[in-house]
Amino acid sequence: MLYRENGQFKTTYRTDQQIFPIAQDRYLVLALVAAAFLVVPFVASEYLFRAILIPFLILSLAAIGLNILVGYCGQISLGTGGFMAVGAYMAYNFFVRIEGMPVVPAILLGGLCATVVGVLFGIPSLRIKGMYLAVATLAAQFFTDWAFLRIKWFTNDSSSGSVSVSGLSMLGWTIETPADKYLFCLGFVVVFALLAKNLVRSHIGREWMAMRDMDVAASVIGIRPVYAKLTAFAVSSFIVGVAGGLWGFVYLGSWEPAAFSIDRSFQLLFMVIIGGLGSIMGSFFGAAFIVILPIVLDQLPGWLGIPLDTALTSHLTFMIFGALIVFFLIAEPHGLARLWSVGKEKMRLWPFPH
Amino acid sequence: MGFFIEATIGGLMSGMLYALVALGFVLIFKASGVFNFAQGAMVLFAALAMARFAEWIPQYSGLENKLLVNVLAFVGAMGVMIASAWLIERLVLGKLVNQEGITLLMATLGITYFLDGFGQTVFGSDIYKIDVGMPKEPIFLFEKVFEGGVLVGQEDLVAALVAAALVGVLAAFFQYTGTGRALRAVADDHQAAQSIGIPLNRIWVIVWAVAGFVALVAGIIWGSKLGVQFSLSLVAMKALPVVILGGLTSVPGAIIGGLIIGVGEKLSEVFIGPFFGGGIEIWFAYVLALIFLLVRPQGLFGEKIIDRV
Repeated sequence: MLYRENGQFKTTYRTDQQIFPIAQDRYLVLALVAAAFLVVPFVASEYLFRAILIPFLILSLAAIGLNILVGYCGQISLGTGGFMAVGAYMAYNFFVRIEGMPVVPAILLGGLCATVVGVLFGIPSLRIKGMYLAVATLAAQFFTDWAFLRIKWFTNDSSSGSVSVSGLSMLGWTIETPADKYLFCLGFVVVFALLAKNLVRSHIGREWMAMRDMDVAASVIGIRPVYAKLTAFAVSSFIVGVAGGLWGFVYLGSWEPAAFSIDRSFQLLFMVIIGGLGSIMGSFFGAAFIVILPIVLDQLPGWLGIPLDTALTSHLTFMIFGALIVFFLIAEPHGLARLWSVGKEKMRLWPFPH
Repeated sequence: MGFFIEATIGGLMSGMLYALVALGFVLIFKASGVFNFAQGAMVLFAALAMARFAEWIPQYSGLENKLLVNVLAFVGAMGVMIASAWLIERLVLGKLVNQEGITLLMATLGITYFLDGFGQTVFGSDIYKIDVGMPKEPIFLFEKVFEGGVLVGQEDLVAALVAAALVGVLAAFFQYTGTGRALRAVADDHQAAQSIGIPLNRIWVIVWAVAGFVALVAGIIWGSKLGVQFSLSLVAMKALPVVILGGLTSVPGAIIGGLIIGVGEKLSEVFIGPFFGGGIEIWFAYVLALIFLLVRPQGLFGEKIIDRV
C-alpha cells in the first residue's frame, strides 16, 4: 500500500533514468543516508562503532569494488586482500614519506597504486578464464603478502614489520574519536557507492555486463575485451585499494601483512556472493551479514548462558559459519539482494495481492 | 653438480607430494565440474581422524599390534571420509545442481570452514603424530658418481613411491573397472551419461569418496612428515598452482604439473631466492603456473576450452 508507484509518471528522460526511479526508494535511501550522518554518530556506543559500524563501512566499500569485478564483469578474483594491502601500504608510504601529505590524497594515491597492480594482474584475464583465472589471481595475493613482508622499503624499514599511522586529520578536523572515524569512512563510502552505481549504469558498465554474460558475443558486437576487462580490473582495484587504505589508517591504525591475508579475500568474496552478484545494494547486505554473524556467534553462548571454553567456541563458530554459508547458497543462490527485490515485489501488491 | 641434482631430486619428491593433493582437486573437477576448495580441509580432516583413531584404538581395546592398529585406523578414517562424501553430496551438492561455478566454489569454501571446525571439535586441535613406520633417516645416493653423493630423505622417497603407486591404481580404476568407465562418462558429458542410465548422484558420492581416499593418503604422508595440525590444510594452497598448471581435467597433468612446480620451486629457492631475500617459494609456483597459462590457457594437459556463441 505504501510501496506503490501509481501516479509517478515519467515525463522526461531524466526522470526515467534516475538511480531510484520509484519515489519511495529515493526517500528511503535519502533518509538512511541522512540518519547515518546525523543520527547515528550521536546515539551509537563506542563498541558499536569499533566492532560493527566502521568495519562494516570499510568492508562494504571493498565489497563494492570486488562486486564490480566479479559481479559485473564476471572475472573471479581471489586476490582482493592483496589489492587492499597495496592500497594500505602505498597510502602509508605517501603519508609518511612526503612531508605534510594530507590523509585523503594519500589514501586516494594508494588506491591509484592498487589500480596499477590490479591492471597488471588483470592482464592474464585476457587469456585465462573461469577457475583458471581464479587460481591465477591468487598469484597477486601471495606476491603482495610476500612483498610487504620481505621488502623493507614498503614498511619504511620498521624492524617489526608492522607499520602504524597516527594523527589523522582533514582540513583542520582531527579524526580521533570513533564517531569521527565513522563519519570519515561514511563519507568515502557514500561517494564511492554513488560513483560505482553510476558507473555500472553507464555504457562502461553495460560493456562489463556484456563481457560477463558472454565474452565472445560481446567482442563480436564491437566491445573491446581488453578495454572492458582491464577497466573493470582498474576500477575494482582502485575502490578495493581505497578500502584497504581506510582499513589500515582508520580501522587498524597499525597493521602487518597478515591483516590482508587470503582469508580477507575469501571473506570479501563471501560478502559479494551472499549479498548478491552484480548489485551495489547487495554488497552492503553481504558486508553487514559477514561482519555481524561472527560477532553474534561469538556472543551467543554467553547470551544463552551456556558455558563453553573459547577454543570450542571458535571451532563451533567456524562450523556454524560454514554451514550458514552453504545454507544461504542453497536457499538463495542469487544472494540477499534478490531477497530484497522479491520483498519489494511483494510489497507492491500488499495487502491486496490480486 | 651434485648439489644441483640434490635440489632437483628434492624438488621432484615434494612435487609428488603436491601432486597427491592436486589429484583430489582434479578427480572432483573432472567428474562434477566443482572446483573443490575443501580438498585441503579434507586432507586435514582425514589426517586428524587417522591420527586420533590410531591413538584411541589401543586405549579402548588394548590392541598392541601397531600394524593392526594402523590398518584399523585407516579403515576407520576411510569410513569417516566416505560418510562425509555421502553427506556432502546429499546436503550440499545435490541441492546446488546447475548452479554457476562460482557458487559451487563458494559452497566448497563453506564446507572448508565446516570441516575445519568440525574436525577440531571432534578430534581436538593439538598437534598429533601419525606413525605408520615411515623411515626417517636420509640416505646418500650416487656416492660413486659425485663427490659426497646426493642426500635424499627416505621419507620423501617412500612418499613419492606411494604417490606413484596411487596414481597407477587410480589410472587402472578409471580405465578397467565398470565404475571407472561410468566416472569417465560423467566427466565427458553429464547429460549423455545420465541418459544412458548412469546415476549421477551415486557417481558423485563415489568421486568424493575417492577424493577422500586420496586426501587420506596425502594426509598420512604429509602428517607423518609435518605432524597433524591446522597448517596441514594449507597444503591445498600449494597444490593449486599444480592443478592449473597441469590442467584441471587431467590426472597425468596433476603429476607432471606437480613435478614441474616441485622442481621449479626448489631450484628457484636455491638459485634465485637469495637475490630477493628468500621466501619466494610462496608465490613462485603461482607465477610459474601463470606464465605457463599465458601460453596454454587450459593448462598443459587440460581439455581445450572452446567458446561457442
